[in-house]
Amino acid sequence: MKKKPNKNTDIIVHNDSRRDFLKQSTLLTGIALTPEIAVKAAENQWDEKLAEAIEKIPLKLEINGIQKTLSIEPRVTLLDLLREQLHLTGTKKGCDYGQCGACTVHVNGTRVLSCLTLAVMHDGEKITTIEGLANGDELHPMQAAFMKHDGFQCGYCTPGQIMSAVACIREGHANSETEIREYMSGNICRCGAYPNIVNAITEVNKGGKNI
Amino acid sequence: MNQFQYSRVTHSNAAVSAVSKEKAAMFIAGGTNLIDLMKRGIVNPTRLVDINRVPLNEIKTEGNSLIIGALALNGPVAESKLVTEKFPLLAQALNAGASAQIRNMATIGGNMLQRTRCPYFYDTTMPCNKREPGTGCGALEGFNRMHAIFGFSDQCIAVHPSDMSVALAALDASVLVIGPKGERRIPFTDFHRLPGDKPQIDTNLQAGELITSVTIPDNGFNKNVHYLKVRDRTSYAFALVSVAAALQIEKNTIRDARLAMGGVAHKPWRLTEAEKFLIGKPVSEASFSEAAKIAMQGAKAFKYNTYKLTLAPNSIVQALKVAAKLV
Repeated sequence: MKKKPNKNTDIIVHNDSRRDFLKQSTLLTGIALTPEIAVKAAENQWDEKLAEAIEKIPLKLEINGIQKTLSIEPRVTLLDLLREQLHLTGTKKGCDYGQCGACTVHVNGTRVLSCLTLAVMHDGEKITTIEGLANGDELHPMQAAFMKHDGFQCGYCTPGQIMSAVACIREGHANSETEIREYMSGNICRCGAYPNIVNAITEVNKGGKNI
Repeated sequence: MNQFQYSRVTHSNAAVSAVSKEKAAMFIAGGTNLIDLMKRGIVNPTRLVDINRVPLNEIKTEGNSLIIGALALNGPVAESKLVTEKFPLLAQALNAGASAQIRNMATIGGNMLQRTRCPYFYDTTMPCNKREPGTGCGALEGFNRMHAIFGFSDQCIAVHPSDMSVALAALDASVLVIGPKGERRIPFTDFHRLPGDKPQIDTNLQAGELITSVTIPDNGFNKNVHYLKVRDRTSYAFALVSVAAALQIEKNTIRDARLAMGGVAHKPWRLTEAEKFLIGKPVSEASFSEAAKIAMQGAKAFKYNTYKLTLAPNSIVQALKVAAKLV
């Protein structure tokens, strides 16, 4: 049974009905179904599908300027939501444990790791991914600078590098090579394009444009 | 990741009551360590209570003390003028931790609650008394290069990974918590515990207790301070050894001192005996070397971390020299 919010507390989202439901449904299954049907239910993952429908939580996000009304399981990370459900595959899954920075996106304008945060925690927030950086066909100055300076080789870390680089300048931490290297240390590049990445960031920073 | 139920709260009382009702419920704030642990199946909460909308992110002064809300983020705290001007040691320690992205997510309360980075704790195929009490300690006879030289037990030789906590231990901070039985304040040096025979328990928090703020008294350590972090690469790595050093100097004499080490024990390792020794001594490398010797009394290394017996005292001397502006 779905609980009503207690007046003494202020819990907004409840979804404690699923486990109770599963217990009941398992019991009923045991009584009512013949083994043949039970096997068929398991094969078709009816329980799982039903559970998923009940477990999902409504979520509103603004992604690259577009309002999205979604419904997701609480265990879905922001990264998996972007890639698997919204097909915004520009944001990369590198390590998935917060060690590489390939999944860097902006949430309400600040850079975060989308693999270490649950999508459901960001209800009502604004997400910017690499897909939302360019102005139509016109590349963002950082994207153009990465191309000009050859700031990548395989390209896998590049979306994360660029999202991080834009934030690095906005934060005011791109004033020297040492500072850039320190504030970009959360983005690993296994091809070792670091010198070129530093050059790209330095040039955009010196350009003085409001990025 | 196991399935769990999710609740969102906007008041600390609601958070405490939601977590207290369910044995395996947990708070989630930044999530930068918890989600990592959940993905690996090391921590399996049945419910997450999202406290991110509880208004606990204020940074303010009260009298001479600095009060930082538990949900203030590491990055903004490190950049806050209140912190950089009066408590630069804390700002340095915060900036030495993690990466810019993680500092934008990690909260002050969550930072002190992060779990050890011992590889045996994270590898679920290995024995670990902290992860699964009674299975043994893989590190004791294993690859223990990152491990403790102080305060360990035969059950666990892991170290606490937080940089921020080392500065807070040095600066006489205290932690305000609210729980089912009301509020209480815990001195920071009593917040974390040594492993003993219960390495699965990192802190002295009781069930259902929520950190609401941390308070740092202004003891005048704002001029001669240094946080030194020694690690395998220049940035974005956990400390092998770190030192938080703070001095008050008057006419080349040390009036007061605060010292704590990270990467050497199951909790931030405050060096009170060395501090006492330094008071009244001249500002010199000789004074600092003697303090380091005192600090290292009782240290014991394992097969792969004997280097820490040299690195730690050298780091103490270096941190004090930088704090005293001798280098």
